[in-house]
Amino acid sequence: MFQNIGEILVLFWRTLQALPLCWRNRKKIAYQLFEIGNVSLLMVCILSLFIAGVTALQTGPVLVERGLGSVLGGMIGLSMCKEFAPVMMAILIAGRVGSAMAAEIGSMQVYQEVDALVTMNINPIVYLVLPRMVAIALALPALVLFSIPVGWFGGALVSTFNRQIDIDFAAFFSSLRSTVEPGDIFNGLFKSFMFALAIGIVSCHQGLSTRGGPRAIGRSVTKAVVNSIVLILILDYFLTRVLLYIQR
Amino acid sequence: MNDNSRQLENVSVEARNVYKSLGGLEVLRGVNFKVNPGEIFVIMGPSGSGKSVLLKHIIGLLTPDSGEILIQDELAGSRAAREKYRMAMVFQSAALLTSLSVGENVGLYLAECTDKKPDEIAAIVSQKLEAVGLKGLENRIPGELSGGMQKRVAIARALVMEPQLFLFDEPTAELDPPMAVTIDEEILKLKTRTHATSIIVTHDRTLAFSLADHVAMFADGQILFVGTPDEVKRHPDPRLQDFINAKPSISKPA
Repeated sequence: MFQNIGEILVLFWRTLQALPLCWRNRKKIAYQLFEIGNVSLLMVCILSLFIAGVTALQTGPVLVERGLGSVLGGMIGLSMCKEFAPVMMAILIAGRVGSAMAAEIGSMQVYQEVDALVTMNINPIVYLVLPRMVAIALALPALVLFSIPVGWFGGALVSTFNRQIDIDFAAFFSSLRSTVEPGDIFNGLFKSFMFALAIGIVSCHQGLSTRGGPRAIGRSVTKAVVNSIVLILILDYFLTRVLLYIQR
Repeated sequence: MNDNSRQLENVSVEARNVYKSLGGLEVLRGVNFKVNPGEIFVIMGPSGSGKSVLLKHIIGLLTPDSGEILIQDELAGSRAAREKYRMAMVFQSAALLTSLSVGENVGLYLAECTDKKPDEIAAIVSQKLEAVGLKGLENRIPGELSGGMQKRVAIARALVMEPQLFLFDEPTAELDPPMAVTIDEEILKLKTRTHATSIIVTHDRTLAFSLADHVAMFADGQILFVGTPDEVKRHPDPRLQDFINAKPSISKPA
């Protein structure tokens, strides 16, 4: 485990050192950005709508019953910005994109394609890891930025049409506007950026560590997804502590 | 970044007492040999004896547990060796990037490591593919090609680098006889045109004895004997003779 952590940190450092080569690799970054957006956008939309919707469904009637219906919009607005959008989208991306990264790089490792790159003096970190890391670090915050208003809309929809809640769009968004500040959205974007780095580096490291045959690729994919999700949840706690401390 | 127009110099390769264990098994057990600049050095030996592992040490994909391999004056695998000398390897499995087209595979080194423009790269790619008999297949993907064709693409990809040291792992395996001859000729041309040093791991006795300046017989993780093809043919060691004169002993059914 400690060896893995060390390897991940070294890989991350080498990727940071390769950042000046982003412009030269812009086509690969653009391709990865398109891949991430293409596979994720619809799922992000559905997930955001339903997460906020079910939150409204669970909490709305309880709040209304206690005469606190006016805070529902703000509560959903804040929870989408600060928690649900960054964490759920990160978990979604870990499952969809992290797994694909680990599988693709793992398969290249097993079938000696990575060795072939090395023999051609092509640094696998620059060729394989850098474009994926940059793309996911840009794409995840962008997806979260898209997810937040979609989630707000889902929450408002349920609040309006559920008879037990019965809070109209105007009241919902008025509560949301009075509670959510731009800093809260930035908070979620910052978290998602950090989660993206975690997913990218864990998945790429897992891919590059793959040894053996097709079964090893499967194991790497599973490890990449599970480790990414665990890391996201641990990071979430500590980032929340830090961000709350800063906001005080 | 390498510059293709750089003046090439011949490189020598020297292994000094190289040991390597993989998975608890001693694969290389004190390997010693010297390859002179510009020569074709063929390593022959039974399957599983560690020949490919030895090639991976020379190109720098593996490092010895003890001993050293020198490319001219630099340690194999060191940054200095990579920066000073251009080396290319043709893998036994071809190791083409399956997500790229044939043309992109062949032009990968030029696209990533040089400042050549796309049309220049396309011209070189076309020329190298023609050299291995695959002209016009630039847009195919490796999965659509046979094993032999993939091997030829891998050779074209290595040729593009104009290497000073060329390593081949079973270059003619899976090729039909005429194409094997074409590849032999290409290796010879490389020697005369660029004076590249070539190290070839093969079971192909025809290739070994027709191309090699020196042949090394490799078995049980060690070099048994190094000599010219004629010296190898005449050597009295039964292990050498068994390998180079192996013939099926089963008689044809009547």
